[in-house]
Amino acid sequence: MKELRLMKGNEAIAEAFIRAGADGYFGYPITPQSEVLEYLMAQKPYETTGMVVLQAESEVAAINMVYGGAGCGKKVVTSSSSPGISLKAEGISYMAGAELPCLVVNVVRGGPGLGTIQPSQGDYFQSTKGGGHGDYKLIVLAPASVQEMADFAKLGFELAFKYRTPVMIQSDGVIGQMMEKVELFEQMPRWTNEEIKKISPWATVGKTPDRERNIITSLDLDPARQERHVYKLGAKYKEIEENEVRFEKIQCDDAEYIFVAYGSSARICQKSIEIARAKGIKVGLLRPITLFPFPKKVLNKLADQVKGMLTVEMSLGQMIEDVQLAVNGKVKVEHYGRVGGMIPSPDEIVAALEQKIIGG
Amino acid sequence: MDIKDIIKPENLVYSKSKLFTDKALSYCPGCGHGTAHKLVLQTIEEMGIESETIGVAPVGCSVLAYEFMDIDIQQASHGRAPAVATAIKRLMPEKFVFTYQGDGDLAAIGTAETIHACNRGENIVIIFINNGIYGMTGGQMAPTTIAKMKTSTSPYGRDTAIMGNPLKITELVAQLPGVYYCTRQAVHTAAAVRKAKKAIRQAFENQKLKKGLSFVEIVSNCNSGWKMTPVDSNIWMENNMFPFYPLGDIKVPTEK
Ligand SMILES: Cc1ncc(C[n+]2csc(CCOP(=O)(O)OP(=O)(O)O)c2C)c(N)n1
Ligand code: SF4
Repeated sequence: MKELRLMKGNEAIAEAFIRAGADGYFGYPITPQSEVLEYLMAQKPYETTGMVVLQAESEVAAINMVYGGAGCGKKVVTSSSSPGISLKAEGISYMAGAELPCLVVNVVRGGPGLGTIQPSQGDYFQSTKGGGHGDYKLIVLAPASVQEMADFAKLGFELAFKYRTPVMIQSDGVIGQMMEKVELFEQMPRWTNEEIKKISPWATVGKTPDRERNIITSLDLDPARQERHVYKLGAKYKEIEENEVRFEKIQCDDAEYIFVAYGSSARICQKSIEIARAKGIKVGLLRPITLFPFPKKVLNKLADQVKGMLTVEMSLGQMIEDVQLAVNGKVKVEHYGRVGGMIPSPDEIVAALEQKIIGG
Repeated sequence: MDIKDIIKPENLVYSKSKLFTDKALSYCPGCGHGTAHKLVLQTIEEMGIESETIGVAPVGCSVLAYEFMDIDIQQASHGRAPAVATAIKRLMPEKFVFTYQGDGDLAAIGTAETIHACNRGENIVIIFINNGIYGMTGGQMAPTTIAKMKTSTSPYGRDTAIMGNPLKITELVAQLPGVYYCTRQAVHTAAAVRKAKKAIRQAFENQKLKKGLSFVEIVSNCNSGWKMTPVDSNIWMENNMFPFYPLGDIKVPTEK
């Protein structure tokens, strides 16, 4: 049964892991996402659905537990915040290389370094351009509400298994900590051993006489074979770019200007639109939902319609590079953002639009 | 008499475990890794658990263990095999799970994963090959390198005042309540091989009985890294490694 609740983003995503039929969660506490592990430990899903919940000794251990579980074809997930994601980067790269499905949640805080525990979007490059070593991409989902925190847990698992690849949910301290109404999807059963064998015939669940052994590895010392493997990954990322672009267009139909913003910045921009439109400025919002694959085509099309674009990010300007590439010089693209855990106000954003795009 | 007359079942006194693939071992001739592999595979075969066993290979010379072992295997990142094995076992408690790790992997970069898997008493087997050196990367100093031993990164011998002391990680994890069985063995002589095999069997039997973590160290040679002939390396091991790393059980189950 669907169920309506008032929840924090972090709690909603934790509840969604259980309901999505996850087999295991492995995590290590860090603000602003510790509620995920706390919620799971309080719910004790190991007594209901049989989901394993384990507090690891570090983020490094946690991501490698996820590797082990994913290698067995299980639905496994870890969550952390920026410094912890840096520690997971090696493991994420291994999982991309070994083609293992999993979910990694980053409730982003301000960096670099220990930075601050306040919200930020400074990990865009890390999520979309690598983070770990080697030629790989993650599918990156950016929720902008508590509802999407819950829904993207389910969607994330679907995409991870569809493409045999790690999926990153890039949230931030605002979305993780704020409370909103959320409609929770129904409890899904965990996969049985037989289902896992069908869905993931490559999984290491014990070699039975009817098949060759299964090996989970990212290593191939033969350059020709390794090249074929990396090309195969490349083809997969192309396919993802073709099929999985997700975005939301808000008041773009008559827009002369648009904001490009994701996550909590997109929520703030909606208020900025109201303020700007009251002043007679026709502005809309393009909200990327997938940061990879990035909604390039729609932005390129919008560039034919509008006079300028303002990217709003809680960073020094990271996503703006993808917007500029998508627009390819057709219109002016500028960035407005706050950093260090500061959150831009709707008025500030309108002022930036007037100064940098309309006036500039 | 030609070769066909010799190869007859009744003349067969030795065969490789059927769980070895046909791939030629990539280990240096004389290296203990191959013998250690054999003992693990023989144990799995004799217990009849090959379809229920998942191995975890490390980063080190045995990174390619999955090429030689005809069972399901995951290759872990450097040092993280115990974390990988933890999840496999927790998510599939009915399966047998073991890690196979070198000393750099287990006792340097993976120290935290080793100690915490041991401390949680994960119901797995850890096979720990201690050759006192980093074999794969060409013979650098390991956490287990004994004092005064020459390696490529301690070319004048390990100076403990500068480079720290060799780490007896096996004695260390033996202190942890989660470790049920802890032993140190070798595979350089027929007698040692027999004892090591018994220890490995004991470790897997413990897992079957859900007793917690079993830790089997095998002090082994790295003739290439040590820059010795295989025979000399075994003599050197007996004279220099065994006094510091004495063979035998370190922790044995007390209950009946
Ligand atoms: C993160 C990381 N750091 C370093 C290495 C390089 N490396 C590969 S094997 C190895 C040491 C292995 O030594 P040991 O565990 O003692 O195993 P042996 O080769 O002696 O069997 C190192 C440092 C790596 N692969 N990954
Ligand atoms: S380098 Fe040393 S440990 Fe590695 S295979 Fe050769 S002898 Fe064995």
